[in-house]
Amino acid sequence: MKEPNHFRRVVLWWLVACLIATPLVVFVLGPTLPPGNGSEQASGQVVDNTVLLGLSTPIALAVIVYFAYALIAFRDRDPSEVRDGPGIRGHAAAQSWWIGVTTVIVLFLAVYGSVRMLDGGSGGGQGPNPIAKPAGANLGSTLQVQVIAQQWRFTFRYPSYGGVETNTLYLPAHRLVELHVTSLDVIHSFWAYQLGVKADANPGVDNVAYVETKQPLTFDVRCAELCGVWHGYMFDSGRVVTQAQFVSWIAQRRVQYAPVQKSLPPYSKSYYPDPQRRAG
Amino acid sequence: MSTSSRRLAGLLVAIVVIGVLVGLYIALYLTSSPGSASAAATRTSAGTVQLYMATVAAAEPNDPHPTWVSYYVVDSGSRHWQHATTFELPANTLVHVTVYQYDGQSGLRNPFISQATGIVAGSFTLNGKPMQTIDPDAASHIFAIPQIGVSVPLYGIPDDAKNPCDNAPCNLSQDHATVSFTFRTPGEGLYRWQCFVPCAAGFIDGFGGPMQTIGYMDGYIKVV
Repeated sequence: MKEPNHFRRVVLWWLVACLIATPLVVFVLGPTLPPGNGSEQASGQVVDNTVLLGLSTPIALAVIVYFAYALIAFRDRDPSEVRDGPGIRGHAAAQSWWIGVTTVIVLFLAVYGSVRMLDGGSGGGQGPNPIAKPAGANLGSTLQVQVIAQQWRFTFRYPSYGGVETNTLYLPAHRLVELHVTSLDVIHSFWAYQLGVKADANPGVDNVAYVETKQPLTFDVRCAELCGVWHGYMFDSGRVVTQAQFVSWIAQRRVQYAPVQKSLPPYSKSYYPDPQRRAG
Repeated sequence: MSTSSRRLAGLLVAIVVIGVLVGLYIALYLTSSPGSASAAATRTSAGTVQLYMATVAAAEPNDPHPTWVSYYVVDSGSRHWQHATTFELPANTLVHVTVYQYDGQSGLRNPFISQATGIVAGSFTLNGKPMQTIDPDAASHIFAIPQIGVSVPLYGIPDDAKNPCDNAPCNLSQDHATVSFTFRTPGEGLYRWQCFVPCAAGFIDGFGGPMQTIGYMDGYIKVV
């Protein structure tokens, strides 16, 4: 009996599986991927995750289809004899295809990732001198908010509102926000999940990240860097509110925290607290 | 039963056993909670609860870490000191807290937390005097329950105190500050509390040892 063309069969099965699964992944699963649409940066990350998942779907299907085909077509029903197939060496066409396809995929992802990163920073921390600024970052309407981490909480300063410091993070909707993330002790990481923002909080360093808020929502704030015994409890929730609500809220906080305002150091991009008297 | 059938059965049994063990581990992890001290929290006639605590520069000499700074709970009746940092409190109840503060001044890395938050009327008393803030450099410790916004600075005794307490247990004739405040417990649950002053003497920047070990400068509040 003539041996069928297994390669052609596998490719055919794989193509059919790709034609069914890839559109489902891209158009059905894609819009539900994290971190959601809480900000322009978060929406961009959903697109990126969809692209990556859409690209990896045919690759995963190739493995699965070949595995399933091999289980069915190459099953040896006579286990008394252990056999192995002939070694395949020097197949120039297969090697060329393998190198060519993987090179194209890797280079595409490198270029795509770089372009996306340079498009406003994608919500990531860029250090003290960011190069990937969103459009409008230099127009003067950006809201600066400082994120101060310490074991084990975040506090927030608003330099354009008298440098008031608060326990919770409120942001106005539809506004470009420039986050300045720093730490007073060890390395933390500020992660506003639904806003798609993640920036390391390093002591003595001003780490800048941008976020363009959208509709009002409540978002989670977490530390994403293992920072000590209570790292797992270093979480809070923040809110994106309307501009009017934000103005009202910040005015209330300025009244609430007026007693401590005189004790705060002048606003600075980073702080170097004096060593504690009992530090070792 | 053939060899392959026995192997398959063995594999299935192994998978079930591993699955049960993993499930048991997860269940125990999710349902376990630390032991707690409830004796120090006593109900008053007004339906509130009184909690007495103390902070000391060093634990009792027979403690596993006798040089570590620590919180204690103090029984209101017998004045018995108990080295426990997990307290059991009733839900949705006003808790009056009195802290006997025997430790010295360390200072705050973030002066913002020198203002009390999350407590009734927004103020506490320091040696009977109502206050909202203290000098950040004079802070010894912070009593904070971040999940419910409670944070109270604890004033440290001066460096030139005449009769400081070196190790727990201390007595009221020794130099101390008395800090009192009231907060309302939330619904049932487990809430962590902690000190925010890096007060661990002998550790880099004061962040190690008792700051990183539950049972000294931090613990849980079991709200039941």
